[in-house]
Amino acid sequence: MKDTDTIQINEKDTLTYNGLHKAEAKNVNLFYKDFHALKNINLVVKPNTVTALIGPSGCGKSTFLRLFNRMNDLIDGVKITGDVMLEGRNVYGKDIIVDELRKSVGMVFQKPNPFPKSIFENVAYGLRVNGFNHKDKMEDIVERSLIQAALWDEVKDKLKKSAYELSGGQQQRLCIARALAIEPSLILMDEPASALDPLSTSKIEELIYDLKDKYTIIIVTHNMQQAGRVSDYTAFFYLGELIEFDKTKTMFINPQNVKTQNYITGRFG
Amino acid sequence: MKRKRLKIFEKAFGVVLFSSSTVTSLTVLFIIIFLFNEGIGLFNSTPVEQKYKFIVSNDNTVKELTSKQLKDIFNYDITNWKQVGGKNDSIILFTINDLSTYFTDDELGANFENLPSKINELIKKQPGILAYLSDKYVPSQLEGHVLPLTKITVKEFVTGKEWYPTSKPAPQFGVLPLILGTLWVSLGAILIALPLGLATAIFMAEVASQRLRNILKPIIELLAGIPSVVYGFFGLVVLVPLIQHLFNLPVGETALAGSIILGIMALPTIITVSEDALRTTPTSLKEASLALGATRWQTITRVTVPYARSGITAASILGIGRAVGETMAVLMVTGNAGVIPHTFLEPVRTIPATIAAELGEAPFGGLHFKALFALGILLFLITFIINTSVELIKTRKKS
Ligand SMILES: Nc1ncnc2c1ncn2[C@@H]1O[C@H](COP(=O)(O)OP(=O)(O)OP(=O)(O)O)[C@@H](O)[C@H]1O
Ligand SMILES: [Mg+2]
Repeated sequence: MKDTDTIQINEKDTLTYNGLHKAEAKNVNLFYKDFHALKNINLVVKPNTVTALIGPSGCGKSTFLRLFNRMNDLIDGVKITGDVMLEGRNVYGKDIIVDELRKSVGMVFQKPNPFPKSIFENVAYGLRVNGFNHKDKMEDIVERSLIQAALWDEVKDKLKKSAYELSGGQQQRLCIARALAIEPSLILMDEPASALDPLSTSKIEELIYDLKDKYTIIIVTHNMQQAGRVSDYTAFFYLGELIEFDKTKTMFINPQNVKTQNYITGRFG
Repeated sequence: MKRKRLKIFEKAFGVVLFSSSTVTSLTVLFIIIFLFNEGIGLFNSTPVEQKYKFIVSNDNTVKELTSKQLKDIFNYDITNWKQVGGKNDSIILFTINDLSTYFTDDELGANFENLPSKINELIKKQPGILAYLSDKYVPSQLEGHVLPLTKITVKEFVTGKEWYPTSKPAPQFGVLPLILGTLWVSLGAILIALPLGLATAIFMAEVASQRLRNILKPIIELLAGIPSVVYGFFGLVVLVPLIQHLFNLPVGETALAGSIILGIMALPTIITVSEDALRTTPTSLKEASLALGATRWQTITRVTVPYARSGITAASILGIGRAVGETMAVLMVTGNAGVIPHTFLEPVRTIPATIAAELGEAPFGGLHFKALFALGILLFLITFIINTSVELIKTRKKS
């Protein structure tokens, strides 16, 4: 009885997923206890695009980003209403197992946070915790992920060395490789270059551009130039509201809302 | 004027601080010197009572005897001089109690005035004799010679298997059973306390809600505040009978009882130190792990605990340190048998318990007294090593 129920739900989900909406927020509200941090957000992320989230500090960019892999669940007193969809499935649905969900969403954090393990083991971590231990295939996947993260040439001779021997920029690319190894259907990046020097930053930006072929990316950034360079779509948040969402080019040339205009032109934030 | 007064005050304050620290350091130094001064004395002594001598005939080729050999001779485990490197001749023991078997009262005289000469006769007649005599009965014109005893060596002290500090005429100062007893009890304690303590620490640091933690924390701190004699009492009344009953033993006072009690006593240290260590694991690492699809349990075992590894090691070593030095509770529940233990279900005796139990009976300045101080040195060295390794682990982590 129960089995057929779930099957039906899944069928319905696959039906609604027409492949055009990789991820989607529908009327999403989020409360930290009494604090209304996200206010009725509606946003669609198309596959193989980069969506930039911009807005002044504290406007809810990270909170919004962390909806998609349910990292907000870790915080006490968080309440969420509305629907968050990933490939047509409700991320907060009853049939979702959080660990499973997180395996299909990669996340890159503001500060590089490699594990105190070898370079190899950092990339292999996500596979190992998923019970994948095939040695040869593991080596292939680690190599492939490092190549995708544009780090392979720099580390191929020292895979056994500690990840802490890498520079900050290399560490961040390692964290990207780590996220790629689990073949996520969506990659979340929370200010991935804000702790890096200009050279490392531009490497990461190039990387994001290249990854678009295979992946869908949502990136939080404070850097307008960066948003302009890497993203296809931009969402401007202000005090928990999504003020404007459009193609990046359109929005940067011709913002509809005066707040957006002020922010982009650097008049506040 | 005011400035000057302030300056004088500051100077006086400095002097007070300086002298306090000087007094403290000197006290510690004094205690250590005292300990070593008394304890080292053991190793320059022969293991024979003062004013007593062992006498053999002039034909005897044995140079000296160890305390162990002497004991075996008096227990008739050694009966021939050959066995201790001499001629093939059976050993004839002679102590003052044997007088009547050799001499009549008339022969000795009313005030034993003939005793020295009779002894000379006996020594000449019996080449295999080993006479144990008070100085006052030793003939001045001795027809034999005094057999010296080997001085107690550090090696003998540490590796000797027998601790009979009061046996006569040959006390045994082998502390191996006490060292092993201490190690067994401490090892058992850590085997019990580490898993339990680590589990509690993980629960408090990673799982428990803030409210639950606020309840647990004071309870654990309370555990640390209970006097050790209370633990001992609990062990004696509850644990010892329980162990006796459970394992069907003749006595319940065992190494196991000591380990359990010490384990409980070491818990607060282990929990607090490991919890602090677990809390140093950066949230960013835990988030990285969770974001890759690891479960909370996988994150704890693969990220949090490995990150806190050195802190947890320090916690367990500190726990052992507590166990090694603990006296009262152990004294009450381990049965205090100075024999080398083979299982956890046998009575054992630890170094601190030995010192506490025997110091009162040991004559001041005697061999037994010195031996207990030597035990004190040993304990001091063990705890010193433990503390140093904790420091080493801490500094290595910092760098
Ligand atoms: N754990 C939390 N508990 C309570 N309030 C929180 C928590 N995390 C964030 N907030 C609040 O929610 C709002 C949005 O926070 P969020 O971190 O999403 O902002 P942000 O746009 O990422 O800012 P920044 O650019 O500084 O990273 C802020 O006002 C913040 O104070
Ligand atoms: Mg943020």
